[in-house]
Amino acid sequence: MSFLLPCPNCGPRDVNEFVYAGEISVRPQQQPSLAELASYVYLRRNVAGVQREWWFHRFGCELWFQAERDTRTNHVLTTELVDSNRQV
Amino acid sequence: MRLPPQPGERLHRDRPLTFLFDGKPVQAFAGDTIASALFASGRRVFSRSFKYHRPRGLYCCSGHCPNCLMQIDGVPSVRACMEPARDGARVQTQNVLGSLDRDLMSIVDKVGGPFLPVGFYYRTMMRPRRAWPIYERFLRSAAGLGRIDKHGRRTHRFDTEHRRAEVLVIGGGASGTAAAREAAEAGRQVVLVDDGLAERDDSSAFEVLSPARAIGIYEGGLVPVDAGDVLYRFRAERIVVATGTIEQPLLFPGNDLVGVMLAGGARRLIDSWSLRPGERAVVLQAGGDTIAANLRRAGTDIAAVFDVGERAPEEIVARGSKGRVSSVVVDGETVECDLVVMSGARQPAYSLLAQAGARVEYDAARAIFVPRDLPAGVAAVGAVTGERGRPAHPAPAYSGKGKCFVCICEDVTRKDVKRTLAEGFDSIELAKRYTAVTMGPCQGRLCHLPAIRLFARETGSDESALGTTTSRPPWAPVSLGLLAGRGHEPARRTSIHHRHEELGARMMWTGDWRRVHSYGDPAAEVRAVHEAVGVIDVSTLGKLLVRGPDAVAFLERLYPNRFADLRVGRVRYGVLGTDAGRIMDDGTIGRLAEDELYVTTTSTGAEVVFEWFQWWNSVWGFDVEVVNLTGALAAVNVAGPRARELVGQLTSLDCSAEAFKYLDAKRAHVGGVPCLALRIGFVGELGYELHFPSSYGEYLWDTLLERGADLGIRPFGLEAQRILRLEKQHIIVGQDTDSESNTLDANMAWMVKFDKDDFVGKWALEHMQVRGARERLIGFELENGALPAEGGQIVVDGRPAGRVTSARRSETLGKAIGLAWVPPELAEEGARIQIRVDGRLEQASVRLRPFYDPEGERVRS
Repeated sequence: MSFLLPCPNCGPRDVNEFVYAGEISVRPQQQPSLAELASYVYLRRNVAGVQREWWFHRFGCELWFQAERDTRTNHVLTTELVDSNRQV
Repeated sequence: MRLPPQPGERLHRDRPLTFLFDGKPVQAFAGDTIASALFASGRRVFSRSFKYHRPRGLYCCSGHCPNCLMQIDGVPSVRACMEPARDGARVQTQNVLGSLDRDLMSIVDKVGGPFLPVGFYYRTMMRPRRAWPIYERFLRSAAGLGRIDKHGRRTHRFDTEHRRAEVLVIGGGASGTAAAREAAEAGRQVVLVDDGLAERDDSSAFEVLSPARAIGIYEGGLVPVDAGDVLYRFRAERIVVATGTIEQPLLFPGNDLVGVMLAGGARRLIDSWSLRPGERAVVLQAGGDTIAANLRRAGTDIAAVFDVGERAPEEIVARGSKGRVSSVVVDGETVECDLVVMSGARQPAYSLLAQAGARVEYDAARAIFVPRDLPAGVAAVGAVTGERGRPAHPAPAYSGKGKCFVCICEDVTRKDVKRTLAEGFDSIELAKRYTAVTMGPCQGRLCHLPAIRLFARETGSDESALGTTTSRPPWAPVSLGLLAGRGHEPARRTSIHHRHEELGARMMWTGDWRRVHSYGDPAAEVRAVHEAVGVIDVSTLGKLLVRGPDAVAFLERLYPNRFADLRVGRVRYGVLGTDAGRIMDDGTIGRLAEDELYVTTTSTGAEVVFEWFQWWNSVWGFDVEVVNLTGALAAVNVAGPRARELVGQLTSLDCSAEAFKYLDAKRAHVGGVPCLALRIGFVGELGYELHFPSSYGEYLWDTLLERGADLGIRPFGLEAQRILRLEKQHIIVGQDTDSESNTLDANMAWMVKFDKDDFVGKWALEHMQVRGARERLIGFELENGALPAEGGQIVVDGRPAGRVTSARRSETLGKAIGLAWVPPELAEEGARIQIRVDGRLEQASVRLRPFYDPEGERVRS
């Protein structure tokens, strides 16, 4: 892997500066059933195509952000910081 | 044996030097390569071939072929034709048994044929299986190139440098230089990578790296450039590939004899090093080349010139004696000679372009593979486009009697190719792997095109249908040391590190940190903590400040604990879990103010926990800030019954048991240093953990040791701490827990507040609570002196049923103690378990309460 990843804060940087933290999974809002819990904790879609995922700029600004990346080509479509003014 | 000075020679004849070849001195001039100096000294045999150990001589003189691989100053497989001669260099031959001129292994060439057919290693020497070690030992000594020095040490300092260029031009020939100059004149920042083979006018308009080689074009347009001791990792807006062409050999019997060489090799010997390649030459050329003129200028007689493209002879055979060429037969006509100069097609060196994403297709009109459909940001200029020069049409192979080499690196002959096809390996990728064609040191530079053309002819198909094998990095040979980069092992040291060294401490690794194992006598350190006072450097603890209106709510969601009721000035132990319910880290959480909490983590968990906190907060969006203070603050733990006396005399703070209680957190000056003092006790005695700015590290350490001298203070290390905490059954996350452990089974259900709305891991822990424990973490003790190993087996009814996670001998208790995971039904006070120790089963008893001070009176005192 040697593609460039545009950090929303720092601009395009070598991918080795970042930590990949997997595709974005949605945490259940309510008490999940055991199957829902297992699915959330263990199952990943692992798509061959465009995927939304978490990245952390460990050797840079130390911010988490989300990226849309094509897993087949490592082409990064978008990156964005998560809106910090959301309601919890 | 030098010619008079030639117009373009690279020699500095006024600067002679000497190096050693197999122990004997060889004269050279500055500007020589090892190979050119050896050639000048009369040497013609430079190596022995990989499999048959046939004598091989200079062939390409441009760093492609395997014929001049030698061990130079201990480094194996160096191309002597590219390695500058230097005074005192030690050059040794490799892959020979005996000497270059009398290699005992050359018997393989005479009799080995029937026994070593293509792919022999896949199907011979299989039986009897017991004999394999003998075969293997023989093969290991016979195969391979060069010898690694087992006692070798790092000889170079290699470095990696990240660089940018607007335009990166790869290849310093005429086209590459012109492209670089043009871009530079247009105001672009240009870097030219040149292999240093050809003389080049230096220009100041752009930067030139020479000698340097692009190793490949990787994803994202990354171009690593090997510049000797530095690996440049280039990112360029535009990459211009001007790698030119590679002159291909002709396929005919005897085409590997010493004295058969490529026209480019002969030209370089004459032009660069003023050497006469031979006395009497036969020229076999497929495209109208001008090599004959160079040879004449060097004083070589031209015995014959055959245009093998136009006249297309059926038969060409080179005959030799003792491995050196003595005549050439062309369609029955025999010509005596000691030099055969051949020149086949000129194959574009497209590999970098293909790696970048270009398509490669066969151009039947020119009988070469050419790059097409270049990706954005990548351009090709000059001969590499395949659109320059006169086409050459040599036959795929010429017939005759004798070994006709398709691949001189791996000693693959035309007969091997026929056999491979007869055995059914008809796909080019399969045939490549079976024969190893293109897999040797030249990496297909000299055999890829000829092999495919031969395959096409033998299978009656055509080259376009066969296609090419995949181009992969490295395009240029690269030393492993360069890829490994600078030899350094990053270590983190606490601000008190040098004091530990001065005290003669034995250091150990914990993650990136260097920590104290002991100061020589762990048992004495344990005694000091129990009986007087000890001090340990715990600066490696992760230290996070969590601040903001939502700080408490944030931590309540992260930990299973409750913090809403944690009063300002109080500390609580917490275990961090994942949504899978697994234990991740542990530490203490102190409330410094309504909206400010101080969180400690394990030494190795600081970064992980910091990122974990940051990540959850970008999911949740709490109004809270997390600051990592791990490096900014030092920390020491002062523990033992006399700790109060020691700390009390260094601070104005009331340290009485009533005023400064167990699990209190107070800000205070200790020894004049601003500290956060936490009354916590991992080691089970009265203790104060002082967190303070790192810059005071040595000062406060010295102060504590000086003032504690009368009290019997001893510094203690991790080993003593591990014994002390084990006496209290305090766990170490990562040692006593693993990625499957959960808080309930680790006997910490008391901290899990299921009545909270939500926390990370709540749902999984609820499920685990209903399901019941699968195993439990318990303490155990052995009385007969045996000490189980960490990871040792717990045995129930003769079957493994659990494992020891920690075990130490406690002098305080006079027995071996430890922690272990066991089936839940055995997690009862006094239950008998068996532990395998050194192959024997030892009896042990389960202890669910701390071995030492079970009521915790000492730690609360």
